[in-house]
Amino acid sequence: MYQYNEIDQTLVDERVAQFRWQTEQFLKGELSEDRFRALRLRNGIYIQIHAPMLRVAIPYGLLSSKQIRKLAHIARTYDKNYCHFTTRQNVQFNWPKIEQTPDILAELATVQMHAIQTSGNCMRNTTSDHLAGVCVDEIEDPRPYCEVIRQWTTLHPEFDYLPRKFKIAVSGAVHDRAATQFHDVGLHLVKNDAGVVGFKVLVGGGLGRTPIIGRVIRPYLEQRHLLSYLEAILRIYNLFGRRDNKYKARIKILLKETGIEKFTAMVEQEWQLIKDGRELSADTVTAMKAHFIPPAYLPNAVGDKSFALYLASDSAFATWVKYNTVAHKVTGYKAVFLSLKAPDVPPGDVTDIQLDAIADLADRYSFSEVRTTHRQNLIFADVNQTDLYALWQQLDALKLATPNIGTATDIICCPGLDFCSLANASSIDVTKEINDALDDMDYVHDIGELKINFSGCMNGCAHQSVGHIGILGVDKKGTQWYQITLGGSSDNEAAIGERLGPAVAKSEVTQTIVTILDVYVQQRLEEESFLDMVKRVGISPFQEQVYANH
Amino acid sequence: MQIIKDKHIVDDTWQHIADDATIPAGDVSVSLARWQQEKHLLIHHKGKLGVRLHPADAVTELAGDISRLELIELDFPDFADGRSFSQAWLLRERLGYGAELRATGQYMPDQAFYLARVGVNAFNPEKFKDLPVILAKLNDFTVNYQRSVN
Ligand code: SF4
Repeated sequence: MYQYNEIDQTLVDERVAQFRWQTEQFLKGELSEDRFRALRLRNGIYIQIHAPMLRVAIPYGLLSSKQIRKLAHIARTYDKNYCHFTTRQNVQFNWPKIEQTPDILAELATVQMHAIQTSGNCMRNTTSDHLAGVCVDEIEDPRPYCEVIRQWTTLHPEFDYLPRKFKIAVSGAVHDRAATQFHDVGLHLVKNDAGVVGFKVLVGGGLGRTPIIGRVIRPYLEQRHLLSYLEAILRIYNLFGRRDNKYKARIKILLKETGIEKFTAMVEQEWQLIKDGRELSADTVTAMKAHFIPPAYLPNAVGDKSFALYLASDSAFATWVKYNTVAHKVTGYKAVFLSLKAPDVPPGDVTDIQLDAIADLADRYSFSEVRTTHRQNLIFADVNQTDLYALWQQLDALKLATPNIGTATDIICCPGLDFCSLANASSIDVTKEINDALDDMDYVHDIGELKINFSGCMNGCAHQSVGHIGILGVDKKGTQWYQITLGGSSDNEAAIGERLGPAVAKSEVTQTIVTILDVYVQQRLEEESFLDMVKRVGISPFQEQVYANH
Repeated sequence: MQIIKDKHIVDDTWQHIADDATIPAGDVSVSLARWQQEKHLLIHHKGKLGVRLHPADAVTELAGDISRLELIELDFPDFADGRSFSQAWLLRERLGYGAELRATGQYMPDQAFYLARVGVNAFNPEKFKDLPVILAKLNDFTVNYQRSVN
């Protein structure tokens, strides 16, 4: 993975010093609430219901075991012994003290981590495919480009006070696992007719209040123009994005109000004026790629016979392999998901003890690296099949082997009313209730692939509008209600979920989900997934059952 | 009144004229609207000329006038309005403006480093005691990742 050079290290160290001074000024009363807010947000610090919350960047979801140990240490020393992985591949601490945040950031800087631009109206952490570099359907590894973008976006002097937040995602595979169609800018590595890899550029996708699928504004951009093209997009957005209404300030609204033809012409015109002289050199790209060369895979991994024997003899192991591992481009290796969705645990939460153990296992079994996913789980990307059985046993002991990846209990869920000051409704307790109702793993496995996404308010941090089943907390005269949507998807065939009907009361959410699943089980065709059935029959069969007694 | 110019604290020798005030003798800056309306008169003024830009003003409208101007002010109505950063970049890089470019209004001293990078070389402080703070903030970082004006 990418290793900091002297420039990177100096930059994060100087950022910590800058923020330490800002915090001191604020605590002395020299800096107003309003101004400190803008500054602390750009260092990942929100003020939530109970305490400040610190969001730490995990660039494109990649962590070393050393960094994981540091997160464990921070959880133990400055927080309540746990942290929370988010849907944007980042990690959050829910209980730090404001006066200690500069110390936490200084600790992070010692392991090449930071919280720069993880919130605020600026360019955020660049996200990517959690299977980058190891998946079987890859066109090219997107991570070197992600790092180029990470550096370019970090402390960009012109674009740190944008109309609203700005998120970039990069995918390098045929199957889009990075939801590039739902980002302010989505970049898709594609080959042109000559077989040269470049970028398809999408703009204006987004979730939240107004979910919109991004539009292609350039089907093919040569690699060397990556940064000048981004600069052109950002300059147009910075100058012309709306600043009078924060709900209309994202680039998706500028694109919509301007019209795609005119918007594209504005970007292209700006780009023509700047593109020469700031190309990404082939040397830069090559040097960056050197940070992401594959690890030393054992050539004979596939020759191992024990894996097949364990698969045949231990059905619990076989089930785990089926649900929690995926194919690797090197035969004999697998990418392994660590499920952070054990029953009884809020989705995405991990304790300090688990983190230390995860770091040890990563050192032993996966070249000392760990990845975070968009669905709040972790991945060991490079595990030799010979090691899978031993790894499974240890993950199981750590409660990280619930065989539910991609199933109904792999729910993604925002912190909701428990922690978030913007929430309309709680999400963690209702998620637990749904989990309890789905405690029969055979039933869950029979339902198969299902993405349930649960957000506590319109901001949609858990991406409910692209959940196969989306649940959204709404406020009705001070009580908690929940809006259900069906049929959303952030995959290649992106779709925004359709509203099932009137919102349901908190006490009815679990029963509603159970009813929806029953309708699916009764009416599905052979081998038909939940999403496919919703596409085929629409929402009315579900409506009829859910609202039958109303 | 003192300001920072090219990293030094100096006296402000300019008069910043409201749209309804008469133009006095000496160096004067006016709003873009007034500049556009009274340019034919202003160019006969004896002192130096400057223009004050609001973030919504289209910088490129000054393309033909750049050589006449010796001060352009970027007036921040609110520190969160980042359009001025792109205005500065456009003035320096696209229009080739080489004279004084000054931040004024409600920006934060903590933004001085970014402002300097996009080509701002003078800072009008909100409060007198901000002067040394802004000077110090110009050195917040010794490294950067991307090309800009500086
Ligand atoms: S979706 Fe709403 S409630 Fe949930 S974390 Fe985001 S802002 Fe908070």
